[in-house]
Amino acid sequence: MSPHDRAWVATRKGLFELRRRAGAWQIENLSFVADPVTMLLPPDACGHMLAGLNLGHFGAKLQASDDAGKTWKEVSAPSFPPQPADAEGPAWKLDHVFSLERSGDAIWCGTVPGGLFVSRDKGETWTLDEALWNDPRRLQWMGGGNPAPALHSICPHPLNADELLVGVSCGGAWRTTDGGQSWGLRARGMRADFMPPELAGDENSQDPHLIARCRDVPDVLWCQHHCGIFRSRDNGATWEELKARPSSFGFAVAAHPGDPQTAWFVPAVKDERRIPVDGALCVTRTRDGGRSFDVLREGLPQQHCYDLIFRHGLAVDDEGAQLLMGSTTGGLWASGDAGDSWQCVSAHLPPVYAVKFG
Amino acid sequence: MALIEFTPQLRRFVDTPRVQTPAATLKQGLDAAFAINPRLRGYILDDQGHLRPNVVVFIDGRRARDLRALTDPLGPESRVHVLQALSGG
Repeated sequence: MSPHDRAWVATRKGLFELRRRAGAWQIENLSFVADPVTMLLPPDACGHMLAGLNLGHFGAKLQASDDAGKTWKEVSAPSFPPQPADAEGPAWKLDHVFSLERSGDAIWCGTVPGGLFVSRDKGETWTLDEALWNDPRRLQWMGGGNPAPALHSICPHPLNADELLVGVSCGGAWRTTDGGQSWGLRARGMRADFMPPELAGDENSQDPHLIARCRDVPDVLWCQHHCGIFRSRDNGATWEELKARPSSFGFAVAAHPGDPQTAWFVPAVKDERRIPVDGALCVTRTRDGGRSFDVLREGLPQQHCYDLIFRHGLAVDDEGAQLLMGSTTGGLWASGDAGDSWQCVSAHLPPVYAVKFG
Repeated sequence: MALIEFTPQLRRFVDTPRVQTPAATLKQGLDAAFAINPRLRGYILDDQGHLRPNVVVFIDGRRARDLRALTDPLGPESRVHVLQALSGG
């Protein structure tokens, strides 16, 4: 089975495994039924995968599988060290797992309240990246839709396992080139309308909703930001703003793995009105680096649709042809032609938190 | 010996021992349970060792008051119930 014939949908009521057979996606398995799954790491070549759960009363947990999701065992969730009595900022307590990515032999985990953890034993144990956590600039971060800052994007560099670019709402974009021992801001050019005018360009105050890297041209990064769409051609050193219709507001972005000119977004009206424009769901796609955008509607609901696509709710496969998109109200759509047309996989899943191929 | 019991809601996720312990405080009593199943700790306490906000502990019919250091005393005949704290509808 190729990686683009299997996908995973993390929802408020469990983790769904999907398979594509004869061109159609179907649900094949459900793990953690009735429990919220906030993020997952798809299986590696050995079948090892992770799922982050949020059990509410009983806290955030991490589950691991060695057989691609057939069976699971609980492993230690990332945990913050003792909080000094005089520590400012949010409590040093894991709220939930918000991002998971592999880079080389390491697995990185982003969390609410903004902590980044690394595991070098396949998720059995986790260490807080203290260089980022102890950076005094972290205390300026704000929650953006979460109770505390959220480290939602982890973009490994395909040519250097020690290099990551991470995105934080609201705390800008940061890069390490030494495996997390040192960090620098990487958000110049982004614009934060929600800040006082003199701070609109402050790199540490930006709200990138999601950042995605082009796998084959890794200097190209795309960002769906709270205040618009941005693209970098220099590995995050500078960002330029792009304009899309019907709206540049949204949460999700998917970067074509091979073509640095192509990316997909899912627009909503604006920040204080988080619904599709005119109640009609569409995906926008640029194939020219952001100079123009196609508005793709075929197969998507066009009347009285109030589905919102969360930041991890849109995914593209490793060939750039298959797309999956899951919504806050449990809609799941698939495209096999790079977004030109869509098919409804299900209209009544639980609220979708994350979609991943692999 | 104080007796410590956990809500059956937890059994879906983790083994919950029923513990008889000479502990003199709630913290000592919970630690006795966590010694039997270390995984249980993270379901009851957060990263800082505080009682999770939506977990409630009753000691002899009264809610435990020290939710951070867990210093509420236990007597030799105390019954401790660790439960879900319900909130809203």
